[in-house]
Amino acid sequence: MAYDWLKGIKDHYDVVVIGSGLGGLTGANALAKCGHSVLLLEHHYQLGGLATWFTRKGGHIFDISLHGFPFGMVKSIRKYWSQDIADSIVQLKGVRFINPQFQVDTTFDREDFTRLLIERFGIAPATVERFFTDLRAMNFYDNNTETTGEMIARYFPGRDDVMRFLMEPIAYANGSTLDDPAITFGIVFSNFMSKGVYTFRGGSDVLIKRMADELKKNGVELRKHVAVEKVLTEETGGQRRVTGVVANGRTICCEAVLSNANIKNTVLQLAGEENFTPDFIAQAKAVRINSSSCQVYLGIRKGETLPHIGDLVFTSDAPRFSSEELVGLHTRSRTFSLYYPDTRPGSERYTIVVSLNATYADWKTMSEEQYQTEKARLIEESLASLERFIPGVRGKIDWMEAATPRTIEYYTRHWNGTSFGTKFEGLKVSMDLPSQLPGLHHAGSVGIIMSGWLGTINYGIIVANQIDKFLLQKKRTAA
Amino acid sequence: MTKEDCKKLVVDIIADIAPDEDLSTIKPDVRLRDQLQLDSMDFLDIVMELRKRHGIEVPETDYPQLASLDSCADYLTPKFATKG
Ligand SMILES: Cc1cc2nc3c(=O)[nH]c(=O)nc-3n(C[C@H](O)[C@H](O)[C@H](O)COP(=O)(O)OP(=O)(O)OC[C@H]3O[C@@H](n4cnc5c(N)ncnc54)[C@H](O)[C@@H]3O)c2cc1C
Repeated sequence: MAYDWLKGIKDHYDVVVIGSGLGGLTGANALAKCGHSVLLLEHHYQLGGLATWFTRKGGHIFDISLHGFPFGMVKSIRKYWSQDIADSIVQLKGVRFINPQFQVDTTFDREDFTRLLIERFGIAPATVERFFTDLRAMNFYDNNTETTGEMIARYFPGRDDVMRFLMEPIAYANGSTLDDPAITFGIVFSNFMSKGVYTFRGGSDVLIKRMADELKKNGVELRKHVAVEKVLTEETGGQRRVTGVVANGRTICCEAVLSNANIKNTVLQLAGEENFTPDFIAQAKAVRINSSSCQVYLGIRKGETLPHIGDLVFTSDAPRFSSEELVGLHTRSRTFSLYYPDTRPGSERYTIVVSLNATYADWKTMSEEQYQTEKARLIEESLASLERFIPGVRGKIDWMEAATPRTIEYYTRHWNGTSFGTKFEGLKVSMDLPSQLPGLHHAGSVGIIMSGWLGTINYGIIVANQIDKFLLQKKRTAA
Repeated sequence: MTKEDCKKLVVDIIADIAPDEDLSTIKPDVRLRDQLQLDSMDFLDIVMELRKRHGIEVPETDYPQLASLDSCADYLTPKFATKG
């Protein structure tokens, strides 16, 4: 008989958390600290969701989404995890742009961007100041219909080099385009500009291990290899509510579910259309999924070294920035993340991860043969590009591998293999979920602003607050 | 509970949320946001701690009542009283 990954669990929990991405982990931790019994179920054999890593022959460890996050992580990790974990967050100072329009080195913060916009791009200081101040003051509730492209053009008309400088990194960070609402750019860009780009020293593996230790300490029951198939509901007194989940074929009762699966998976598959009003289902179906990613992993042979060419290098051969070019099958825009030995102190190893934005549909329809050919092309093009910055690097590499939107779909089960959740409208569906079906909550990459490491951690807390309130009300009524 | 006691409980919570801030000089009639580095997540943490530590629920529509220490005291003191 197959191993029972649910062996020894209880029949009932206050909350079942579906998925162990940063939103799920953080929500689970907060709820356990509030005194609720929490069961967290992850279908993969590893916790972390997209905050993940893998090891390969030759002693390589590759990080998937450890390219950089805003300074706000220090505060959120300290408050919602521990001071100890927060102490490993360090700044990445070497951010570079290399494209036909400009070559720039920056620390990626407001001060340095101000300097570059004035000195390198010749923008009037007052305009730069106004841009940053206005952006900082943008409010989620403002109901502004301006797009990011329109907003940037308003401050820097006719300057598509400035557009690229401002937009390209954010498009890599969250899959947003010039057509997305300006507020999504304003929030994420301001978060980065406040103090620059940060990383977690020790790597994703160490971060997730420390989080798992913290969860166990706080009493969360953690189970991997467990896929939740269904959220169970029941109608009492004319109101449907959550009663449990089916996972690995077994029924587990609970008062509330926190789903860290994609919002469309949550509504349309895990809960199912029968639990919602037709209007809500129409809204959920209309939510547009964000773009996906390809990556190329290059492992440097033990004993070899690399020159320090920067931590995060945004490169493109495209003449100008275009949101369409960035996600095309034949995009010539790539981010190189270079991991030097200080990423994992004591390891002496170097790795390079190349990230490209991608469109799921391009990859989904390929035959197996074409799929292998296209992956080989991705690797070859990335190597050719890298050779221009690090001549001879090819000879130092002893592991090469590519991942695509299909890989993301396989490991996370996310709708259309999305890397960055949904477009803006997904946030409303996510937030309205519990009023449609009491007990069902969603926290995870959604609406562009609630994505990335910082966004999902904070959203996990926002939703945990609502679940805590819901559970206490329930406990009080029952008492 | 007096309003002063109530303010002290709120300051205790803020001290845990923002350990790097100097809370000895907070002006009770000035918005907390204007004198401390508190963002909307910090205010959410205050709400969660009020529930956890004192069983007090602050509905989302009342979040503006937590703007300054004085307004916190005006709003929360009766809530502490009815809690018994
Ligand atoms: C290539 C790439 C690079 C990125 N780089 C960065 C970066 O540098 N900085 C940054 O801040 N962000 C980055 N991001 C984004 C960031 O990684 C994500 O926004 C964030 O990690 C998502 O967290 P989440 O809570 O939404 O959950 P996810 O990480 O999406 O995890 C969801 C989890 O739920 C599980 N699950 C789903 N369905 C079920 C089910 N039915 N039963 C059980 N388990 C289930 C999945 O297996 C998965 O583990 C990157 C993303 C990608 C793809």
